[in-house]
Amino acid sequence: MSHKKLINDPLKVADELVEGLVEAYNGDCVLVGQRSLALSNIPDGKVALLVGGGSGHEPIYHGLVGRNLADGAACGDIFAAPPPDIVLEATQAVNRGKGVLYLYGNYAGDVMNFDMGAELAGDDDIEVRTVLIWDDVCSAPPTQKNNRRGIAGLVPIVKLAGAASQSAGSLDELEATTRKAVLQTRSVGVSMSPGSIPATGKPTFDIDESMIGLGMGIHGEPGVAEIPMTTADDLTPRMLDLIFEDFEKDDEVEALAAGDEIVFFVNSLGSTTMMECLIALRKAREILDAKGLKTYDVIVGPLVTCQEMAGISFSVTRLDDELKRLWELPCQSVCFTKMEGRYGG
Amino acid sequence: MPKETLSPAECRDMMLAVADAIIAAEPVLTDADRALGDGDHGIGMSRGMNAVKDKLAGQEFESVEKVFTTMGMAMMSSMGGASGAVFGTLFRAGGKALTGAESFGSRELAAFFTAASEGVQTRGGAKVGDKTMVDSLAPAAEKAVAVAESGLPEAIAAVADAAESGKEASKDMIATMGRAKTLGEKTLGHPDAGAVSVTIILSAMRDYIVAA
Repeated sequence: MSHKKLINDPLKVADELVEGLVEAYNGDCVLVGQRSLALSNIPDGKVALLVGGGSGHEPIYHGLVGRNLADGAACGDIFAAPPPDIVLEATQAVNRGKGVLYLYGNYAGDVMNFDMGAELAGDDDIEVRTVLIWDDVCSAPPTQKNNRRGIAGLVPIVKLAGAASQSAGSLDELEATTRKAVLQTRSVGVSMSPGSIPATGKPTFDIDESMIGLGMGIHGEPGVAEIPMTTADDLTPRMLDLIFEDFEKDDEVEALAAGDEIVFFVNSLGSTTMMECLIALRKAREILDAKGLKTYDVIVGPLVTCQEMAGISFSVTRLDDELKRLWELPCQSVCFTKMEGRYGG
Repeated sequence: MPKETLSPAECRDMMLAVADAIIAAEPVLTDADRALGDGDHGIGMSRGMNAVKDKLAGQEFESVEKVFTTMGMAMMSSMGGASGAVFGTLFRAGGKALTGAESFGSRELAAFFTAASEGVQTRGGAKVGDKTMVDSLAPAAEKAVAVAESGLPEAIAAVADAAESGKEASKDMIATMGRAKTLGEKTLGHPDAGAVSVTIILSAMRDYIVAA
């Protein structure tokens, strides 16, 4: 069955959604070049933060351009990385003379196109650094982080990097803090049914009605196992265990320990409802609390999606003093808005 | 009558025929990619080739180089994604190797595919055996060098055959690159969608040259 999509020309979906996104920003953001967004008031001398990736996963990545968040986004076509000329246009639009940090998910197409964009920016004497997001612990072992995919953990990571970019004195400083946020963020996703490609209506992958893809990526890349469909309370600890194990096995970080402060994010891949996310969150908090982890803040909702894909992901970001201070900064965008401090703080 | 060399205008017409062949093969490419990736390769290639038609049709080109580099830029800009980067690089890198060439013959065919294959491998980091487009492009490039002294119709036929054999060989490979790599052994039995595109491009070039 193909989904009823309220669209116009299927080949103009990405362009038209970005035009709509600019309207949602109501003046805070402007459309740049062919298909990029940039904040309308980036101060001179600011170290700039540029995010980006394929469209179709709204509200990320382009919805993370905002106050104390990213300065701009290079938007690709549906599920496809932005081409180098779009990356260049976005880079030029956000550059204020202190260099630009590229922050995006580790996918082959994104890496190739952003690298070509960086080469073009270099011809313009704009200094560019790149930090890749690779939070999906099911996509490769901790010793092969260059093979890991970036999934929902991008939301807390971009939030922290955006906050850091407000006061970063140099590109070096922003890069270092952003790398720390990436290192301390780990996610696990599951999928129950596929999303569809808007232009064809075809599903992005096949999965048996009675199965769950454990560790499946946001485009339906296979994870660690297909398991029989089960309950929220059965699935939740299995997902969290994969995150705990990863912190334990990875030599680059300490294991999660009692007293650690974390941000916990329950993401819906699209059609999984808030109701289901909340039921999972309820069980997850019970487990996190039992482990002695202090859940400093919670995010819940459909922020990293793949059309009507059914599934959820959990992301854990461990905060140290620096990251906690950055987390407390308020931020505002179409994708993610928070007040100063934290919920319940 | 088959041609031994192509003028810039004939190169343009050949690549317009290539564009039409890829656009017609969109469903085939979509199905090939759905088996291994997220199924968007056909749409991406079709979009890229429509952009190529916009940039090439009715235009005069001063050199054969310009035909191919224009095609590469059109694909890169319109497609994005991994496909846009690697197919754009294929035509841009291949085209740049033809600087100064007044026409396109067997030697230019060899120079084009040698540079295209190197350019794609450098950009994407893939090598032969990784189950990517390189598995049809690299053998095509090797064959093109081997037949560089043959007539163009004979050479392009041999090169197209080499690409086809390479694509078939990719069925027995396990993907190690891109989104397909996480499928591991499940990729056995399916050809790489990018390798399928390379064979369609070369078949259309052969059909144009043999019939020209």
